[in-house]
Amino acid sequence: MKALIRITLKSGVLDPQGKAIEGAVRGLGISNVGDVRQGKFIEVQLNETDQAKARAIVEQMCKDLLANTVIENYAYDLVP
Amino acid sequence: MIRASVIVFPGSNCDRDVKVAIERITGVAPAMIWHGEASVPASDLIVLPGGFSYGDYLRCGAMAAHSPIMKDVISKAKAGTPVLGICNGFQVLCESGLLPGLLMRNRSLKFICKDVHLRAERDDTFFSRCYRKGEVIKVPIAHAEGNYFADPETLDRLEGEGRVAFRYCDAAGVVSDETSPNGAQRNIAGITDPTGRILGMMPHPERLYEAALGGTDGRRIFESAVISLTADAA
Repeated sequence: MKALIRITLKSGVLDPQGKAIEGAVRGLGISNVGDVRQGKFIEVQLNETDQAKARAIVEQMCKDLLANTVIENYAYDLVP
Repeated sequence: MIRASVIVFPGSNCDRDVKVAIERITGVAPAMIWHGEASVPASDLIVLPGGFSYGDYLRCGAMAAHSPIMKDVISKAKAGTPVLGICNGFQVLCESGLLPGLLMRNRSLKFICKDVHLRAERDDTFFSRCYRKGEVIKVPIAHAEGNYFADPETLDRLEGEGRVAFRYCDAAGVVSDETSPNGAQRNIAGITDPTGRILGMMPHPERLYEAALGGTDGRRIFESAVISLTADAA
């Protein structure tokens, strides 16, 4: 199966890149936009068929490497 | 004799600068240790140099913090071996958990390469004993991710334990939001662990260790370490 992992900045953490994107979107002439926050999307192929085991693996990789939980949250979906 | 080891990651680019600085100051060339090694030789000082380890992929320092060598660096640091992390090395120290918080993208989103003023906050720690408390020094920074971030409780703990080593300031030593080049919280340019023997800092002291380079304000980081090590041995 595959893990689709989303890593986002915690609320309250300043996101200058998101701000820059927001400015650029407005620069396109699109004015009805609010706050923009940038994150990361990571796809990981897992050689695992057991859902619980797959979750444990993804949790570990997110906590230990993919996200820095000082500033980031992570969420994921497991798909076939 | 000071036995220093400089850890070299793929993408490190200040490793030779710090090697030369240490060799000129201590008279002994440090060992250069490739990140893929399993252990660091017995060392009086371990340096994590500046650069762009692993191309800054994922987050600055995140991949390097999980390099094979880091297990031994972490265990030696916890056992009391002094560790100096400069720029990317500071980022690696934060990502490896040896120092709290982390370095975020500069608030301007720009790579900033210039001399900045720093205020020495301590004159009595392993790496700072040759500075005067409150002294203003000038040292270059060169980074895009030097914006120090930690939650308010952690910041208060760092302040309370006297672990802020250097703060960005102006030439008169005034610390304000305007004198923070990168948006770092509380103008933090460098912090230590509770013992003061692990120092992470964004500015590059190895770039100013002799007058020919434009100044010597960085030299005393290394001289402080030499004196501290001599005192340890006595």
